[in-house]
Amino acid sequence: MKPKLALYWASSCGGCEIAVLEIKDKILDVDAFFDVAFWPVAVDFKVKDVEAMDDGEIDLCLFNGAIRNSENAEMAELLRRKSKILVAFGSCAYEGCIPALSNTTTREATLRWIYEESPSTVNPDGVRPQLATETPVGTLRLPEFWETVRSLDQVVDVDYYVPGCPPQAHQIWGVLEAVMQILEKGLELPPKGTILGAGDRTCCDECPRERKEKKISGFVRIHQTIPDPDLCLLDQGILCMGPATRSGCGALCVAAGMPCRGCYGPPPNTKDQGTKMISALASVIDSDDPDEIDRILDGILDPVGTFYRFSMAKATLGRVQIHDARAASETAEAHA
Amino acid sequence: MVMTAEHETAPPPSDWQPRIVAFLCNWCSYTGADLAGISRIQWDPAVSILRVMCSGRMDPTFVAKAFQLGADGVIISGCHPGDCHYQEGNYKTLRRVHLLRRLVAEFGIEPERVKLVWVSASEGDRWAETANEMAEQIRKLGPLRLAS
Ligand code: SF4
Ligand code: SF4
Ligand code: FES
Repeated sequence: MKPKLALYWASSCGGCEIAVLEIKDKILDVDAFFDVAFWPVAVDFKVKDVEAMDDGEIDLCLFNGAIRNSENAEMAELLRRKSKILVAFGSCAYEGCIPALSNTTTREATLRWIYEESPSTVNPDGVRPQLATETPVGTLRLPEFWETVRSLDQVVDVDYYVPGCPPQAHQIWGVLEAVMQILEKGLELPPKGTILGAGDRTCCDECPRERKEKKISGFVRIHQTIPDPDLCLLDQGILCMGPATRSGCGALCVAAGMPCRGCYGPPPNTKDQGTKMISALASVIDSDDPDEIDRILDGILDPVGTFYRFSMAKATLGRVQIHDARAASETAEAHA
Repeated sequence: MVMTAEHETAPPPSDWQPRIVAFLCNWCSYTGADLAGISRIQWDPAVSILRVMCSGRMDPTFVAKAFQLGADGVIISGCHPGDCHYQEGNYKTLRRVHLLRRLVAEFGIEPERVKLVWVSASEGDRWAETANEMAEQIRKLGPLRLAS
């Protein structure tokens, strides 16, 4: 009997699913080796089919997407129970990614924007989704939207991580090929918690640009300048997350002229991408004068959104604490 | 104060005492604090000292970690500008702390919970003043609870 493979998406954009198909005809090798037991985006199995399986019946589950509502959490628990190897696949499952940027605000503010205030919304009665709605055909239920977005391992036990937004095809194939060999030959699995499909250095180490560790006297945004094609972007005053990002993508963005945004997560021996980036930036800013330093730092428009764009669910300082009286009182009302 | 739905505010317990972690460089500030001790100058027991070789060794991650583990405030103290044993360490610290305070503020944490000072080996009194001022400041702000 072939080993069973499952893929699932929770709170995600779907990019990780497409990334799996980026391995091109190798997907046929995957299909030849595995029995695809569950993959909602591609194969028509239902949740009840998974529920009917024995615990541990799925050999490998690649789980992408963050956990932002009660349904995501239920699926995470179900697939954890049914899978021998559960992989947090892609940045959302690994560390929250873009969905977790809403940890910079409240659920109430998010829902208010989406259902009332955004310019394209017409909702004069202020209708909001309800957990349960009575209809002639019975009660309709919706998952509960959480205050705080979680990574997969903040909700269930995770065996391995594959970083990237999305993981790059050559890395995905590398991981799948290795797992297939291990399962086929009965070899030993890597230690639990290992980060698969990535390098063990920083993005800068893979970067083709020349880095002179030049001191900078101001930041510019990428649309305000035409960067030199061969020199380090950070040396040119462009905020590049390369020094605080794990290698593995092959320095894709920087090679194409865009600064690294940090999607491969913190480098080895670092848990927090943001504080790591602060260290890196402090080394390149060319001033010893407090006022001048502040003037240069004013050029970093959104420190949290820039430094934790992909890792907000894992920030050491937690989710953002909201002091805004309006959000607080409305949150209280919503819970009354 | 935390205002998100999953983290209701609770008043600090009446016997609450702040916990303040102080990173002092070996060559100036730690010696300064030592001098305060030898001179029997008292300072607030809410402040616990950790010695680092240079204020430049103070990774911003340490501060975040201290807060995560329950510190209510952090002091970083190094040699006066120009006096760092390793020449540049305290300038690097200056830039780090300025950026770190911005980051901390964006997380909704009062930036006053991170204090940077320069204390030389002969400034025992200045160290005691710094510790006392910070303890008073943090008592006013109350306990820090990170929202997880
Ligand atoms: S900072 Fe960015 S551009 Fe510079 S070397 Fe690192 S990855 Fe390349
Ligand atoms: S350069 Fe940075 S943002 Fe771009 S793919 Fe690589 S890790 Fe991700
Ligand atoms: S040795 Fe004191 S700040 Fe560097």
